[in-house]
Amino acid sequence: MTPEARFGAAISIEALHFSYGTGPRVLDIPSLVITRGSRVFLHGPSGCGKTTLLGILAGVLHATSGRVQVLDRDLVTMSGSQRDAFRAEHIGYVFQQFNLIPYLSAYDNIALPCRLDARRRARLGSTSLDDAIRNVAAQLDITALLDQSSTSLSVGQQQRVAAARALLAAPELVICDEPTSSLDTDRRDAFLALLASSVARANATLLFVSHDASLGARFDMQLSLPSLNRAARADAA
Amino acid sequence: MKLLLSLAWRSLRNRPVTSILTVAAVALSITLLLGVEQARRGMRESFTGTIKGTDLVVGARGGTLQLLLGSVFGIGSPTGSVPYAVYERWTKHPAIRWTVPLAIGDSHRGYRVIGTTAGLFEHWRYRSSGTLSFAAGQVIASDSDVVIGSEVAEKLGYRVGSSVTVGHGLNAVAGLGDHESHPFRVVGVLRQTFTPLDRALFVTLDGIEAMHGDESGAVPGTGGAPVMPGAGPPPPMPGASSLPTTPGASVPSAPTPSNVFQDEPRVLSAFLVGTKTRFETLRLQREINQYKAEPLTAVIPGVTLAELWKTLGTIEGGLRLVGALTIVVGLIGMLVALYSSLEARRREMAVLRAVGARPSMIVALLVLESGLLTLLGCALGIGLVMGGFALAQGLIEGRTGVHIAVQAPGPLEWAYIAVVLAAGVLVGLVPAWRAYRSSLADGLSPRL
Repeated sequence: MTPEARFGAAISIEALHFSYGTGPRVLDIPSLVITRGSRVFLHGPSGCGKTTLLGILAGVLHATSGRVQVLDRDLVTMSGSQRDAFRAEHIGYVFQQFNLIPYLSAYDNIALPCRLDARRRARLGSTSLDDAIRNVAAQLDITALLDQSSTSLSVGQQQRVAAARALLAAPELVICDEPTSSLDTDRRDAFLALLASSVARANATLLFVSHDASLGARFDMQLSLPSLNRAARADAA
Repeated sequence: MKLLLSLAWRSLRNRPVTSILTVAAVALSITLLLGVEQARRGMRESFTGTIKGTDLVVGARGGTLQLLLGSVFGIGSPTGSVPYAVYERWTKHPAIRWTVPLAIGDSHRGYRVIGTTAGLFEHWRYRSSGTLSFAAGQVIASDSDVVIGSEVAEKLGYRVGSSVTVGHGLNAVAGLGDHESHPFRVVGVLRQTFTPLDRALFVTLDGIEAMHGDESGAVPGTGGAPVMPGAGPPPPMPGASSLPTTPGASVPSAPTPSNVFQDEPRVLSAFLVGTKTRFETLRLQREINQYKAEPLTAVIPGVTLAELWKTLGTIEGGLRLVGALTIVVGLIGMLVALYSSLEARRREMAVLRAVGARPSMIVALLVLESGLLTLLGCALGIGLVMGGFALAQGLIEGRTGVHIAVQAPGPLEWAYIAVVLAAGVLVGLVPAWRAYRSSLADGLSPRL
């Protein structure tokens, strides 16, 4: 048995086509499979459609053709609000920067997904939301920052708070869109180490996107988006 | 919903300057709109409430409004004078239940002195059937008695037993040309009525006459002080002066008994009439207005006030329009503030979407923000109106004699507030719609 069959696919894409409105085709991905529990590095230069792909996988953008299965659910056939609910329940998302709602404290930012979505909250089981937040904050070493306003945090601290938010209530899939590009090397390494251990503890699948190919060695699997995306190749040619 | 409300609230608090300015703009426009309404209602209730139970006010031929304002509300002077004999003739009319004479024309330190009878205290009604009552003392009886209104008592520090001298004319300066030879003694103090009565002194018709009689140099046995040597003749008084004085009459050493003047024709400024039935009022009014022997004007207070409101209606309409326009300006200000903040908040919207917020929640958030701003503005505006009137009440009353009661917003005001709130929410839909569109288009990567 292949590992894919044993664990099932976290992400499975077939014949995905996407363009913004009537604009040029941004994505044309014949096939992409990411197994559950793996930590995947997706590399690509800026402008190759990385963020668009992540938007589709998170269910914010809607692919009109092809098959996009995330955690065995087909996002293409789901309605917008179904995809919103799906994202809230199953996916943690970390942006490149400005991850936090500026008028909420670090604590309230971390609590946001569970407060927005009852099913995400239900994933905590018998653990209280407060305990869960303190646990994940301890993992990411931000316990002392919880009560601070998010605007008073450094960029590195903000990214760790964002990671804590993405990991709270153990979502099956964690998507990180260049989360380290605004950090210096030391902070980047520390952040990646914390992220890796927290994802492993949560048993989540990690999809990590960056233009910086040098990070790839830390992951189970490395993918290159330009080689997956025929639209980008056509563009380059 | 609770989460959204808390998000909206904290988002507004995160932009304190814009939020406070927006709330202030809405509050001030609400203040203007409600203030006009409150002043209008207060003024009407004050005027209408001042004279209840009086069916007709009768005076010399003249403008109905001038007659009413001058004789009842202490604004301006009455239309002229009515000979006492004419008054007496009408008191015997079968349709009349009671009459109260009013002789207006003297003042005491800026407060009107009204010559009348004890009937005034019996028949005057204010607000909803409020009768006059005494805080101390009793009604006027003798020609040296004076009953004072509550404000007169309070401001001038008079009590029962205080001595009062009366000056010439309605705008007499204290001490100048007072009828010092005929001082009055306070026998009663009225309770506060929030009507012009609070700012008046009441003496008997005999008192008015005695006062003017003494002026010619008499030293009556009523305990009055002697006339100061060298006191000049009083200036002629319009309306209430019953006595044509001559320069020669003011010689101090020429005593003249006051009762000499009892044969002179007395005059009144106006008289109040209570009819036996409401039905008779109209007929009596017509009869008085057509009276051949003496040109008289009889007015029904409510009807004349209604004419006044009709005249003021145009001005009120204009003020209301100005109020409505300021509301529009205030809401546009809010729209600008919210709309221009959107650009900076696209990132925030993307984050909310990423953690699972639906586009409809983004819409709800922005609508809640505009709703909250409007609500706060309305609340503050209502507070400002109430507080403003509570503070300005004394000032307005002092300047115009109109007592405006501070009252909770009425149905019309609540309707205004509801419309403004609805408009505030609708205004919020504009930035909300834009945020909705851009959050759908942006996905998770707002193109900044």
